[in-house]
Amino acid sequence: MTAHNRPLSPHLQVYRPQITSILSITHRITGVVLCAGAFLLTYLLMAATYGPDSYATAQGILGSWFGRLVLFGVVFSLWFHLSNGIRHLAWDAGRGFELEHVRASGIAVVAVASVLTIATFIVAYAVGG
Amino acid sequence: MEMRSQLGRVRGLGSNKEGTHHFWVQRLSGIALVPLVLWFVISGVDMVGADLATFKAWVGTHYNPLLLILLILTMFHHAQLGLQVIIEDYIHGEAAKITSLILMKFAVVLIGGSAIFAVIRLTFGS
Repeated sequence: MTAHNRPLSPHLQVYRPQITSILSITHRITGVVLCAGAFLLTYLLMAATYGPDSYATAQGILGSWFGRLVLFGVVFSLWFHLSNGIRHLAWDAGRGFELEHVRASGIAVVAVASVLTIATFIVAYAVGG
Repeated sequence: MEMRSQLGRVRGLGSNKEGTHHFWVQRLSGIALVPLVLWFVISGVDMVGADLATFKAWVGTHYNPLLLILLILTMFHHAQLGLQVIIEDYIHGEAAKITSLILMKFAVVLIGGSAIFAVIRLTFGS
């Protein structure tokens, strides 16, 4: 195996950011954020088993301004990853590969995720304040 | 001296007869997560700021514990498939990569198992 002096593809940084590449890396980043969200859900469930004090502490952390900021990121990640995941499933079925369709579905994913995130927070504030 | 044949050395390294397994399970769990997540958000948003009694009642009501456990199993399985790809993409040293994969998979099982254990405890009391 001699693999020296082969031509290399241009480095990532020389490319102009495009909606396709930005949404691709966003899908991966939101997936990691959702892992943190799954951990937070586990923490809340565990805290509830330990009794009122630890449950109140968990609700306090999640309800603080920082907790709400994190939850906002988790909720946006959830709706983005879900809609973009459906976009991926359409690609897996061989549909929507034309560049104009890829761009249009990408914009649709961002729009749907944003609307659902705002809707979720409107309901959450109506329920919990 | 190398005693193994060239065929023997490559067996099990590539996509040997199960190349699509990871891909397939990732899609399958992703599809399953669509209804589970929609249920979780629509039903669970009522728990924002809820006190412990209300929260326990919600976890244990009707089919909620079943749906929660299905969500947790599917979600953590989907998560470890995705984290595996990220580790394989970005961690290049073989020892560091294998160590990260083992630690990540153990952590996911531990955290996911804790979540399921908590749902069972909250449902059947203790």
